[in-house]
Amino acid sequence: MQLRTLTPQRIYILIGYAVASAALFSAPLFMSDFRLNLLAKFLAFAIVALGLDLIWGYTGILSLGHGVFFGLGAYAMAMYLKLEASGDRLPDFMGWSGLTQLPWFWKPFESFAFAAAMGIALPAVLALVLGYFTFRNRIRGVYFTILTQALVIITVTLFIGQQAFTGGTNGLTGFSSVLGVPLSSPDTKRMLYWITVIALLGAFVLCRYLVKSRFGKVLRAIRDGENRARFIGYNPAVYQMLVFSISAGLAGLAGMLFVLHVGIISPFMMAIVPSIEMVLWVAIGGRGTLIGAALGAILLNYAKSEFSTSYPDAWLFFLGALFVIVVVFLPKGAVGLFGRLKFPKRKGQKHEQVSHSAV
Amino acid sequence: MKRTRLYHALLLIIAISLVIAGCGNNGGNSPAAPVSTNGETTAAAGGGEDSDEIKVGILHSLSGTMAISEVSVHDAELMAIEEINAAGGVLGKQLVPVIEDGASDWPTFAEKARKLISEDQVATVFGGWTSSSRKAMLPVFEELNGLLWYPVQYEGLEASPNIFYTGATTNQQIVPAVSWLLENRGKKFYLLGSDYVFPRTANQIIKEQLKAEGGEMVGEEYTPLGHTDYSTIIAKIQAAQPEVIFNTLNGDSNVAFFKQLKDAGITAQDITTLSVSVAEEEIRGIGVDVLEGHLAAWNYYQTTDTEANKTFVANYKAAYGDERVTADPIEAGYIAVYLWAAAVEKAGTTDVDAVKEAAKGLEFDGPGGKVTIDGDNQHIYKTVRIGEVQADGQFKELWATSEPVKPDPYLTGYEWAASLNSGN
Repeated sequence: MQLRTLTPQRIYILIGYAVASAALFSAPLFMSDFRLNLLAKFLAFAIVALGLDLIWGYTGILSLGHGVFFGLGAYAMAMYLKLEASGDRLPDFMGWSGLTQLPWFWKPFESFAFAAAMGIALPAVLALVLGYFTFRNRIRGVYFTILTQALVIITVTLFIGQQAFTGGTNGLTGFSSVLGVPLSSPDTKRMLYWITVIALLGAFVLCRYLVKSRFGKVLRAIRDGENRARFIGYNPAVYQMLVFSISAGLAGLAGMLFVLHVGIISPFMMAIVPSIEMVLWVAIGGRGTLIGAALGAILLNYAKSEFSTSYPDAWLFFLGALFVIVVVFLPKGAVGLFGRLKFPKRKGQKHEQVSHSAV
Repeated sequence: MKRTRLYHALLLIIAISLVIAGCGNNGGNSPAAPVSTNGETTAAAGGGEDSDEIKVGILHSLSGTMAISEVSVHDAELMAIEEINAAGGVLGKQLVPVIEDGASDWPTFAEKARKLISEDQVATVFGGWTSSSRKAMLPVFEELNGLLWYPVQYEGLEASPNIFYTGATTNQQIVPAVSWLLENRGKKFYLLGSDYVFPRTANQIIKEQLKAEGGEMVGEEYTPLGHTDYSTIIAKIQAAQPEVIFNTLNGDSNVAFFKQLKDAGITAQDITTLSVSVAEEEIRGIGVDVLEGHLAAWNYYQTTDTEANKTFVANYKAAYGDERVTADPIEAGYIAVYLWAAAVEKAGTTDVDAVKEAAKGLEFDGPGGKVTIDGDNQHIYKTVRIGEVQADGQFKELWATSEPVKPDPYLTGYEWAASLNSGN
């Protein structure tokens, strides 16, 4: 691991990353505002996919509740944006829900820095708490997955029910500016796009560092044999809690970026279907490879947007068929196919293969 | 290994259910032969002042939970476009609908609205159903100076310069209905609604009105969308002994509620139930046997007796099948297209600001009677009608205002409503 030789394959991969990053950074030069906005949203989704891959692909924890973490990040940012848009007045939905003054927990969100910090910290801490009560009690596999679904239902019901504090089913929308600059100006949009690209690259580098490090090896050990890892002397619960928390933090970051680009967050974005969709991005892109998860999120959302525009009556068929095909014929996802075609198996990959079948 | 299979099976089930969801929503057969093009080709095709066609956007949920309601409005709008085209188009140009699917998802509505305005450069958009979808689209239309025609009754307290509201605001549906009930059916109200913005806001208004007009609220309950067990709530209703149930439940919940209400032995003679989200279309779904005798408040019924409505109902059935019914939002979507077309003809251009200016005071004899656009808030004057469900699934009109009511989205004409506007 320490002595990396630059094999031709590694060089190709490095060139690939460089080209992809350059393309992402220069996209505003050749894309319309609308397309750029879409791409920015997809990139935000890719950050969620990276975080999900970290826990599912590398640690073997399937969370069907990442919509909640995504949503918490999004709401934190949306609360700031809503307060900025409302100026000195009460946000509109509070007025028609019967509130006469700003609830105490809304007040600190007047600060952008606080909102941005909370956007990552809230989901991360929630995940840590959930992880503490589950992983420590050795709740795992399908049982953990079911718990994450319960978390989704609880959170969505809470957000819909507390209309006066959360905007109810409408969610939060009607934003005008961020840090004083109007959200609608093309310059702001381009800047937000670049911030998203940087965030995605940062998240990618972080995840790559994590999975390549000793920490990542322990994660894989837990995935492939939790008891064995425990007997060697690692406490799987600590690692699971940590990685789950990091994954949730990344989802929160993505949620904040999503709100800045899309201009709305509603409780339905946290609900069961979006949460499952997030897992599908990873499954279809390629579980256990970071680039696969990110590409899966981007390409699937692109396909969804294009299909629904071209075939407004029948797009769900196409999307559904795509899911079925990938799940039945490409269990390792689209990237798995790519890898099989492009490069002959190497020693290192063989090891990966073995560990996969053990999940 | 076993777990891998389990996950794969899980994913497969999810994928298949998505396909099935796709199958379920294949209802939008449209006579206007819409083009739905993707961005690249349409950008080249243009649609500006020089071409011989005008592109208009249609943005309703064709999939997801709202599809069942929105597909009908989408059908009515396409019918209006086809009729206008057959009569020579607008400014001598044919209208070309660009159809997008809002997918019952609010951010998707925002995304597709942005696409229609900036990529397809449509002259206007007809779309939306839920308040949430409108709230999601509103900032997009204001930012890009687009034009949206929104066809559904809603909770009011809004007047965007870029939206025309062809459905009723509260003073054209809920407020007169409450006054009528207080005069004719009783003072004790029980408020029951789905847990989202429209019922909560509507009930906020009703509570203020009851206080001011001498009514009494004996209970207030909200259930999540899709809730189906009303036995507890019906027990509470029996205990509270209201004279009127004001029902703002939406969708499937109505089926369960009315059925269980009947099973509990409560008929329309015992307690009047007035609904604001149950129209002809919903009666078909809920079942007329449990609804007969209950009331609704709307601005239009299929049975509304105007010349325009006879033609409208006949054409709608001819286009989409004899078993289809027309209803208030369907009519509102239909007249929206005509109102826009008339405004464009008057302005001589599709330019948004010119069309908005020309639309002020515009009149149109729609199926539901004469409507006039109020220049101040871009809502329309509408006749309020209280109807009673008959055995054939149609409404019998019990009461109507003598003339169209001026829209008052912020209820500025009502003293008791002052506190509702504190946030605005």
